[in-house]
Amino acid sequence: MVKLPIYMDYHATTPLDPRVLEAMLPYLREDFGNAASRNHVFGWKAEAAVKKARQQVAELIGASEQEIVFTSGATESDNLAIKGVIEFYKSKGDHIITLKTEHKAVLDTCKRLERVRQERLDELKALRLSELSGQDVTEDNLAELAAKYDVENDAVYQKWAERPTGGARVTYLDVEKDGRVSLEKLAAAMTPKTVLVSIMFANNEIGTVQPVAEIGALCREKGVLFHCDAVQGIGKVPFDVEAMKVDLASITAHKMYGPKGIGALYVRRKPRVRIAPIIDGGGHERGMRSGTLNVAAIVGFGAAAELARKELPEESARILRLREKLRKGLTDALDMTIINGSMEHRLPGNLNISFAHAEGESLMMGIKDVAVSSGSACTSASLEPSYVLRALGVDEELAHSSIRFGLGRFTTEEEVDYVVKLVVDKVRKLRDMSPLYEMAKEGIDLKSIEWTAH
Amino acid sequence: MAYSDKVIDHYENPRNVGTLDKEDPNVGTGLVGAPACGDVMRLQLKISDDGTIEDARFKTFGCGSAIASSSLVTEWVKGKTVDQALTISNKDVARELALPPVKIHCSVLAEDAIKAAIEDFKKKRAARQAKAS
Repeated sequence: MVKLPIYMDYHATTPLDPRVLEAMLPYLREDFGNAASRNHVFGWKAEAAVKKARQQVAELIGASEQEIVFTSGATESDNLAIKGVIEFYKSKGDHIITLKTEHKAVLDTCKRLERVRQERLDELKALRLSELSGQDVTEDNLAELAAKYDVENDAVYQKWAERPTGGARVTYLDVEKDGRVSLEKLAAAMTPKTVLVSIMFANNEIGTVQPVAEIGALCREKGVLFHCDAVQGIGKVPFDVEAMKVDLASITAHKMYGPKGIGALYVRRKPRVRIAPIIDGGGHERGMRSGTLNVAAIVGFGAAAELARKELPEESARILRLREKLRKGLTDALDMTIINGSMEHRLPGNLNISFAHAEGESLMMGIKDVAVSSGSACTSASLEPSYVLRALGVDEELAHSSIRFGLGRFTTEEEVDYVVKLVVDKVRKLRDMSPLYEMAKEGIDLKSIEWTAH
Repeated sequence: MAYSDKVIDHYENPRNVGTLDKEDPNVGTGLVGAPACGDVMRLQLKISDDGTIEDARFKTFGCGSAIASSSLVTEWVKGKTVDQALTISNKDVARELALPPVKIHCSVLAEDAIKAAIEDFKKKRAARQAKAS
């Protein structure tokens, strides 16, 4: 008998591997020292443990230990990479290129930088207008004066605006139907002001793996830095910062069977990449990220990285076989299913599938003993389905009908068999009570109906 | 998000799922919502010539709360007159099912479905009477 509940949400987080926990325990007990304490054995032990873990993490991605900056997780790593580059290279340029399907940690960081830039431009505009008009510029007369002096086309203002203002301008590229970036479109979006391209390794919803090596080669050729949010792919698909010419990479432990709250930013040394810190303090991590090191978590991260490196080929093959069993089981038994994202360039453990005319949230309710995610966001106040699926051009109804299965290290064949049977049964039940399925079966084109949006 | 016991009960044992003949002059059909919003409700009422709701059937594409809301109203309207059924408000549905604020739109949809089905029935009857006279 299969044990319930079943966890199939490995993109959200992964359980701690028992071997990782074993490695961590001494550092939560007797070896509690501060890795920055240089004058006693407690500190030395902690420092040695951190050094070992740094090597383990570096080795997983083909880096050297001096290139690993420990952070609190990938969100912080993304923030540090993007804000750090924009701040440090502001005299060189201020343009970022990213994708519409990136994680919110990248997208919202970019949006903040856009706002910062806009605020600076507004200040400059007001300054120029007060110079031109000889009056104080207030919110009340701003629009009127801006129109009167046509400040947008004023040569002096334009010159000011071209100077480094802080913040950034951002291009959010569309992806192709299979979720991948077009290299031609990426090259075409580059300008002399482009300093950073931020594109993920693999997508967290659809598991699409981007052509990272090709992107790296293009960026190197154009003299643009390349940041890669590599959270989802690491430990599942080979990733090598040298072969792929990645300049900055975000990683986190809890997506690869390590603890939560610890991550890293890879920062290339040759050719040297510089970033301005966003957290100031004791100058830890070579000044790039201050704060006492979380030794136990770092040790766990290192242990998890080593396991991932050693077990990757075998584990990925096993998970891929289970994923294919799940996919075939569902698509053979059910009609009107659509796989979202590329099948060819896809994480082995990811299946993102739309069951047309069966709503995702109610399906999740029906399979409540199986932990999965849905692209339907009926619970959120916005009622907006997944922005990633929408960026692929997936129809909104199908986005509402999508389920993301994430398989991983501890998924068993029995679990897959159980899930196939359960999901097929519940989809059929929901379709039996779905007016849309009935209409589709009758051959009615749902697009021809005038729906009352609410 | 936790669902109330009543929502779970209606979701697991939906009442009156099905289809009535929409060509039947005594059947009114209401189709409300939109696939793009993730909710579509179809409510069908069989109404006798004296205006009593004899039967009700629904099919719903939507979350558990949407399914429960439509299931509940099919129970409520049966045996009521058209005028009585029109007094059922979304607030009654939301209260009965203990819907959280983000799910209130499901109860609104259920109220709209009753109104749409009755309107469809009335239209059909008017057309029939116009033909007869």
